[in-house]
Amino acid sequence: MSRDEVNVVWLGSPTFPKAAHDALQDDQLRRNLKHATTTIRDKRLRAVAELDDWETLRLAGSQIKDRVMRHLDTYLLQLEASVTAAGGVVHWAEDAREANWIVTELVRAKGATEVVKIKSMATQEIGLNEALADAGIEATETDLAELIVQLNHDRPSHILVPAIHRNRTEIRDIFLREMGKHGVPAPDDLTDEPRALAEAARVHLREKFLRAKVAISGANFACADTGTVGVVESEGNGRMCLTLPETLITVMGIEKVLPSFADLEVFLQLLPRSSTAERMNPYTSLWTGVTPGDGPQEFHLILLDNGRTKTLADTAGRSALHCIRCSACLNVCPVYERTGGRSYGSVYPGPIGAVLTPQLVGVGTSDHADSLPFASTLCGACYDACPVRIDIPEMLVHLRAKVVDAHRGGVPKPEALAMKGAKVVFGSPRRLAVAERLGAIGGRIAGIGGGRWLPGPAKKWTGARDVPVPARESFRTWWRKAGRG
Amino acid sequence: MSAVTPADTAQAKAAILGRIRSALGDVPGDERSEDVEVTRDYVDSHATGDVVDLFVERVEDYRATVIRTSEADAPAEIARVLSGHGVGNLVVPPGFPDALSARYEGLRLSDDPPRTPAELDASDGVITLAAQGIALTGTIVLDAGPGQGRRALSLVPDLHVCVVRSSQVAADVPVAVRALVPGRPTTFISGPSATSDIELDRVEGVHGPRTLVVVLISG
Ligand code: SF4
Repeated sequence: MSRDEVNVVWLGSPTFPKAAHDALQDDQLRRNLKHATTTIRDKRLRAVAELDDWETLRLAGSQIKDRVMRHLDTYLLQLEASVTAAGGVVHWAEDAREANWIVTELVRAKGATEVVKIKSMATQEIGLNEALADAGIEATETDLAELIVQLNHDRPSHILVPAIHRNRTEIRDIFLREMGKHGVPAPDDLTDEPRALAEAARVHLREKFLRAKVAISGANFACADTGTVGVVESEGNGRMCLTLPETLITVMGIEKVLPSFADLEVFLQLLPRSSTAERMNPYTSLWTGVTPGDGPQEFHLILLDNGRTKTLADTAGRSALHCIRCSACLNVCPVYERTGGRSYGSVYPGPIGAVLTPQLVGVGTSDHADSLPFASTLCGACYDACPVRIDIPEMLVHLRAKVVDAHRGGVPKPEALAMKGAKVVFGSPRRLAVAERLGAIGGRIAGIGGGRWLPGPAKKWTGARDVPVPARESFRTWWRKAGRG
Repeated sequence: MSAVTPADTAQAKAAILGRIRSALGDVPGDERSEDVEVTRDYVDSHATGDVVDLFVERVEDYRATVIRTSEADAPAEIARVLSGHGVGNLVVPPGFPDALSARYEGLRLSDDPPRTPAELDASDGVITLAAQGIALTGTIVLDAGPGQGRRALSLVPDLHVCVVRSSQVAADVPVAVRALVPGRPTTFISGPSATSDIELDRVEGVHGPRTLVVVLISG
């Protein structure tokens, strides 16, 4: 694997079954994850139930995304024009290497050797922090959880709560040990009270915010018609980065563009309720190019491909690009709940990672990524939870078939590996049955909404291929039929 | 050293657009983006009952403080809030009505000319107007209009007192979004800064103001 792909899938990651097996030995991880997923899941259901038109909003969200994908070239050009007209500078990056190069050169031109960063999956995906470090630039993650992960030289385990695998005592120890090496140290008498830990992070990071000349962010959306870019967050670290430095560099996957500013009315309802299960996240920032006298006076927007056009080309896999990274599908996934995000060995964990990761790196190019479409029971809970109606189970089936095709004759068969993994994950047939029953109920409810997402005219590959497409059946049924149970 | 310019990535742009166009071979050439249907049957507002009461309830849900007052009583209430929080020096953005802060006896720090981040950090608090409120989500919206100041003002000081008039309260998100002026730097604030990153325990105030007080003036 080349350096470019290191972070979509983490270099040297074992296949999912192997990593899942190890994760299952970690009682702390499993307890923390179960607590997190159950808590957020229940809260999300309540947040969603408050809006009686939720299904209509979901439909609008998915239709808007569909419109964007089908006319992506048009919208990107429109976005480029509107950002430029508002005083921003737009760059295009084909892959991680190019994006990292652009960011590095922009930072260098400012003469900066340190930058502050907002948690962003796109920059994780391209391994930006490592690339900047190679160029002698220190990038500080300013989201509390990302800071914990970064200080501990760790990997995130959840999109939304990346440090959920660490408890408060571990976090205190990390702060005491590491903060002083990078700036303001943690106080010697630091306790493991969340409030005290947050205060230590506030003091440590504030010094960096006030000094930083350059900030780097991702984007939750960018409106083609006005050039407005948006970031949603909770802690205010985003606002610090977006407001105080002189230069702001935003790295955005090309799929994040929205047709119009007006579409925010849909996504600002769907995203917070699906993500943190709140009516609204504490802070949402919208900016358009540069505003004289307010915020950064230099704004660069980097439009990143890095496998997205490959994903776009598969009409049955395309809608994985609709994802707004809310993490709702992770929290309802019975497999994720047991194994945690790091088992997926990718910046994109959980159900969405299982479909997006292999598409971004290309099916058949990595045994590890190829094992991911099998890391599922096809229970359907992820589809039900997804605010933009991505039919993840359907896509998993599709990708399994592609993996089987790609590995014909190859050893070991990834699906055989995955079988072993799923058995490990669920331990006993009874637990698996329970998980699937729950999933099936979710699936039925989702079905009432009608009209599953189906790939358009092009089921092309189905005609050309010569192994049958696995039916949409439960893992259990498949397992039994395959004579392995 | 000169920075990367769009010319340096023109080749990447051409390549990406080319790949997008060939990836979209299934999309009919004469399809326009508006031809892809978007059903906007969702409601404009989920708010029921009195919108201003709902706004108060929802802002308080975030453990922010709401003080309801009248135009006449507002200056006294504002002075009381500020002294209650021990504010000895207050940042006041350009365009903030003098009358509203008239009863405050501490030091007023104007942001004209703009203060450095360190100066803002050293202040005790800031008072601003708002562009809108959103009842259903308990949100205040700032768009850097008169009396609101640039974005750093409502961010760096530890206390943010925000004055909202009840006539500014929109019922729900779609109504509010339609009233926004695109192009203005806009911030939606729903409660004080908060994190749940440590064992999912909610902690207020990691980076933004730890205390948010909304002064709601009726009429
Ligand atoms: S796939 Fe859907 S549910 Fe999962 S993170 Fe993306 S938008 Fe959220």
